Amino acid sequence: MTAVTECVETTNGQAIPLVDVPVVSLETLRQTLQEQLGPPRSVLSALFGVPNRSGSLRIYAVTSSPITQRISICACDVEQRYPALTGDVTQAHWFERELAEQWGVVPAGHPWLKPIRFHSSYDERFDAWGRAVGDQILPCVQPAGTDYFKVHGDEIHEVAVGPVHAGVIEPGHFRFQCHGERVFTLEIELGYQHRGIERKLVGGPDKRTLHYMETLAGDTSIGHATAYAQAIEGLSGVDPPMRGLAIRALALELERLANHTGDLGALAGDVGFLPTLSYCGRLRGDFLNASGLLCGSRFGRGLVRPGGVAFDIDSEMCQQLLTRIAGAHRDVNGAVDLLWSAASVLSRFEVTGTVPTDTSQALGLVGMAARAAGIDRDIRRDFPTGFAPQAAIPISTWPAGDVYGRAWVRHQEIKRACEFLLEQLPQLPPGPIRLESGPLQRSSIVVSLVEAWRGEICHVAITGDDSRFAHYKVIDPSFHNWIGLAMSLRDQQISDFPLCNKSFNLSYCGHDL
Amino acid sequence: MFKIINQRFQQGYRTMQYPAGELPQLPDRYRGLPVIDSTKCPEGCAKCAAACPTDAIKIDDGVKMDLGRCLFCTDCLDACPEGAIGYSQDFRMATRHRDDLLTDGRALELAAALDAKSLRIFGRSLQLRQVSAGGCNACEADINVLSTLVFDLGRFGIKIVASPRHADGVIVTGPVTANMKLALEKTWAGIPRPKFVIAVGACAISGGPFAGHDEQHNGCDSVLPVDLYIPGCPPHPLTILDGILRMLGRIEAGK
Repeated sequence: MTAVTECVETTNGQAIPLVDVPVVSLETLRQTLQEQLGPPRSVLSALFGVPNRSGSLRIYAVTSSPITQRISICACDVEQRYPALTGDVTQAHWFERELAEQWGVVPAGHPWLKPIRFHSSYDERFDAWGRAVGDQILPCVQPAGTDYFKVHGDEIHEVAVGPVHAGVIEPGHFRFQCHGERVFTLEIELGYQHRGIERKLVGGPDKRTLHYMETLAGDTSIGHATAYAQAIEGLSGVDPPMRGLAIRALALELERLANHTGDLGALAGDVGFLPTLSYCGRLRGDFLNASGLLCGSRFGRGLVRPGGVAFDIDSEMCQQLLTRIAGAHRDVNGAVDLLWSAASVLSRFEVTGTVPTDTSQALGLVGMAARAAGIDRDIRRDFPTGFAPQAAIPISTWPAGDVYGRAWVRHQEIKRACEFLLEQLPQLPPGPIRLESGPLQRSSIVVSLVEAWRGEICHVAITGDDSRFAHYKVIDPSFHNWIGLAMSLRDQQISDFPLCNKSFNLSYCGHDL
Repeated sequence: MFKIINQRFQQGYRTMQYPAGELPQLPDRYRGLPVIDSTKCPEGCAKCAAACPTDAIKIDDGVKMDLGRCLFCTDCLDACPEGAIGYSQDFRMATRHRDDLLTDGRALELAAALDAKSLRIFGRSLQLRQVSAGGCNACEADINVLSTLVFDLGRFGIKIVASPRHADGVIVTGPVTANMKLALEKTWAGIPRPKFVIAVGACAISGGPFAGHDEQHNGCDSVLPVDLYIPGCPPHPLTILDGILRMLGRIEAGK
């Protein structure tokens, strides 16, 4: 087979001129993506449209491969209707639905072309479902584009859950096709949290931009703010001081610790194992409070800035953080080890909600959920930026892809994040914490990847000839992984849904934007 | 079993005393109730107002801040040449009226207790339904944390419930997205009277960073009658707990 690769290659956070991105034919794009996503662990990090002046839509495709450690970008102009990529490039399935919803293009032959966020098209001339301008578009409640998977037959029944759920949790709608307790399919419908952020990023950066980043997914404030800061630094050619980058890396691990700890507690709660639920609820707060100590916000808001960080760590704070993290590390291990020695917990976790390695690979799952299915991929190691090359954190994987795997990998990541913090805090690099970033390069593109606690965050910024954002694309790890949750429910008992759901713990607002 | 008992001793007793005892100490960098000293403002300066991402600051015979819009970020502090704005460690900020969130640096009119009849109904047992209507999961997380053993809402007879039919009120987060408005209205309709609304966070009070977007409704009181406003982005769990306890008359006015 002759290689058809026609892409420009770049690295994480490295801006390149937009004219360097080759514009290829749709068939070349299709073959290139098939080729690039063939090797294991490769991910379609982004696929999005930007309107051309001529009226057509330019699709940008960004792939990332841990084997070559390169990020590849290519583009293709499409008209209002084009033959869908999804049939040949499975990972494109959700992206093409987004393309259709945002720009009104029709990827003909897409196997399940539905809206994903339920808003009107950005381009008033086109609507992929033929809806008129001004039509009210709401999730679930009107027919256009909202058919669900259906299973027919005796004693088949349908269960609808949400948008408002039983606990304190964001909204989303879940539709199960069941036979008794057994789930044939689960379909997940999102969009309830859509706040219109991406459109408001165009023309930036402005005084709200950083705040949008910190609230894209509030439990991942550090992750998204870091991805944004990296993009700005790439575009403005600023090299932040190592101390600032180190503090960012510490904060990213604190965010991982808080969320993983909370999730392990919640998983324990979902199988009725109360000791770990109780302890982890408190311990999650201890990690959040450590972030609060560092920057005043339990969610790390106000810490990450383009060019570095806004808050330094003095020796007294360093001691306090060390004491707190050492104590929390000991207590989390004590609380979580109870799970691994309780037969009642193990029997509920093991072989529940399995998404096998090949399915996870085909769908392009990322992050902790992918590593729990044996996919050895982690941005911190594969596309290292900032402080990561200075201090590598070992990667944790598990082959099975079940709830147990997702819990176990979390525990390993907790241990390794604590060890990283305890090792690095006493030896932070000296120097300033921040450099001012200058004006952004004109007509450039930058891809910024961050391994946040759920997985890979991808931001792609394109500047116009006025140095402002002509386009800004955000892909939260949840965008890749919601389909993984849907797959995990196939052939499961419906009563295991809360457990499977929590084992992924995906973001609704991070998806809905 | 031995391991579980052993851990029980290891993990200790962690429930806080609040509202009894001394006020809990929050970190030095915590950004609580703003401190404003307009006497420091140079003539004609409006740098803080220009820097504010949510237009929470107006210059009108001194600095006026709207805590319902405030994200408690550092943009105004960084912009101010004279240090006229700062943050205190005071987490008590919940009010019963939207206008009470406007401050020029004087003490806030903190939330007053419900009337006697409502207190008789809700004072010792309060069930709340939570609806996230575009919340980013930070306010939700800090409401959730109230049910952990650290804050232990249960000791006040307060509980988050799984159905509007079981609830006495709704606790709303998020700016109320267009796609969640109907679900919020239906939840409200499902709660039996008498009932009330608690708005938690800048989004639910004013739209927060999303104020003005077409895809949302600039906060909860455009849809439901709000009885308690709890500002923050997100509010500290203590701010939320303090607000609810004040409304229930469990913390005396002036404390």
